[in-house]
Amino acid sequence: MILHRDDDPTKRPMLVETGDFHEVTEIISKPAETKAPATWFVLMLASLSLLSLMVGLIGYLFWQGTGVWGVNVPVAWGWAIVNFVWWIGIGHAGTLISAILFLFRQRWRTAINRFSEAMTIFAVMCAGIFPVIHVGRIWVIYWVFPLPNQMQVWPNFRSPLLWDVFAVSTYFTVSLLFWYMGLIPDLATFRDRATTGVRKFILAIFALGWRGSARHWQNYERAYLILAAISTPLVLSVHSIVSFDFAVSKVPGWHTTIFPPYFVAGAVFSGFALVETLLLISRQVFGLHKVVRMHHLDNMNKFMLLTGSLVGYAYAMELFVAWYSGNIYERFAFWNRALGEYWWAYFIMVSCNVISPQLFWFKRIRQSIPIMFIITILINIGMWFERFVIVITLHADFLPSSWGYYRPTWVDIWTYVGTFGLFGTFFLLFLKFLPQLAIAEVKGVMPQANPHFGEDHHAAATTGASKGH
Amino acid sequence: MEKTATPTQPKIFGILAEFGSPNEVYKAAKKVRDQGYKKWDVHSPYPIHGIDSAMGIGDSKMGWIALFSAFAGAFGGFSLQYWVSVYAQPVVIGGKPINPYPAFIPVTFEPGVLFTAFGCIIGMLVLNGLPRLYHATFKSKNFARFSDDGFFISIEARDKRFNVSETRKLLEDAGGRNIEVLED
Repeated sequence: MILHRDDDPTKRPMLVETGDFHEVTEIISKPAETKAPATWFVLMLASLSLLSLMVGLIGYLFWQGTGVWGVNVPVAWGWAIVNFVWWIGIGHAGTLISAILFLFRQRWRTAINRFSEAMTIFAVMCAGIFPVIHVGRIWVIYWVFPLPNQMQVWPNFRSPLLWDVFAVSTYFTVSLLFWYMGLIPDLATFRDRATTGVRKFILAIFALGWRGSARHWQNYERAYLILAAISTPLVLSVHSIVSFDFAVSKVPGWHTTIFPPYFVAGAVFSGFALVETLLLISRQVFGLHKVVRMHHLDNMNKFMLLTGSLVGYAYAMELFVAWYSGNIYERFAFWNRALGEYWWAYFIMVSCNVISPQLFWFKRIRQSIPIMFIITILINIGMWFERFVIVITLHADFLPSSWGYYRPTWVDIWTYVGTFGLFGTFFLLFLKFLPQLAIAEVKGVMPQANPHFGEDHHAAATTGASKGH
Repeated sequence: MEKTATPTQPKIFGILAEFGSPNEVYKAAKKVRDQGYKKWDVHSPYPIHGIDSAMGIGDSKMGWIALFSAFAGAFGGFSLQYWVSVYAQPVVIGGKPINPYPAFIPVTFEPGVLFTAFGCIIGMLVLNGLPRLYHATFKSKNFARFSDDGFFISIEARDKRFNVSETRKLLEDAGGRNIEVLED
């Protein structure tokens, strides 16, 4: 039975374009059970090439030292930190979609949550590489952890850089647990459909013997709810702590209280953009139109409009405070960002982050796949430049004698490009071998899932999509 | 009681019945509950809203496990920082106090979250008796549909009220199909 309720504006839009549980299972299981399309192999080859490039360049960096990068005093952080903040920001949409939208009972999230959780994990992996390889003496990287040692030296817990170690590692671990927990029932679905012995064996191990028991579901749902509840402050804390790396230092242009909320908004903004970019591709390649509907994309675009406007407000407020504070160093830092040697980076940042999402005020643009695809890519470029603009503030520091023009080297550039290989490899493996959408959750939001469906046609049809789990 | 199986006879695990829709299984669950069964279960592809009350099972204990884990993590995180900064290595860095407790908030919060996450997933598995790769229900070929579009009720032979013919009749009357007696 297919209900077309989208035309009636008084009714909730349908979240799934089918009323049949089995069809949902079929649609979502298909990519994992059939041979991957040729595009998949082409993309995998490209990703693996970039991944090996990244590994090679990191090896070169370890061998030669950080001198192969363009970093130098005063710009000691350079691309490594830009890339770190950018990747970790992208990861934030995953947790936002899985946790915050879950708590607010935004049930349309089922179409995109698995996807964005996977994206989070792989993005955090890419992010984590940069601070680690940036330390220079990689062989003593374990010093960042509070481990007893013969020197009796401990990490400095007063430093935001150490908070970052805890924040990012916690974030990665919690995202992975959250993702895996969501996967358990769906892996059981795959297990029960498996035709070959090896496939069944592997899936059976990872599905942990899930048998859909109502007693299990009860604990499972409660655990999921608690995970969502703790992930919500976690996601806000992680990017706040990342922003402390800047805000706690006494550097003009960095030492501002607006940084934590501004970073979090920017992170969600860029994360939504990348989720949508990837979703649009996968929807096309794997034919997920029935479960990833225009309604979902439209909602995501509204989120980008909101967070993009917040980011734009933050830029304006930074400039205002720089002027209003009367502090000449603060004022110089911002004037120099916007009009100095790096004016072009500031220009790209503003046009991509502030202007392009404003197009989403128009419904026709929000619902046009090619335009939204372009805008999401522009947003990701813009957000990378935002971090570049912030980090590069250091190029004109307190001593004019040390001012200079920071340029990345080829190693900087290709290591960054290489992380797309890491991301792409894992993401393609995910698309091919794991359920791309949360099968159990998609079924749960169908009107037919309600135990009272069919008892009273009117009530069941209208409350089915809105009732709690 | 059917439990008195001779050594040559395989032990009975219980009875499994299939239902056509969430509505049917929901109504059947109420009937099984009202008959006073305790060791039984509903199996569904997704969590059915309100099935726990229809089955008469109490609230989940997950909240307590999570709360305990959160406090353990936060306490551990703060204690570590306090011990390092005040006892193990009391060094003044950047002119900050020896015990700058506001600066310890992030590393108190993060381990709290980390421990809660582990508490949730491990607690959920322990409460559910998972991982358990073997279960008698998996012997039923039909049961594989629970993860697709099938809704099942299984009543275990361990239950005091269990009786093969009576229990079977109860499930039949409640609208169960493909009723199977499963061996353990």
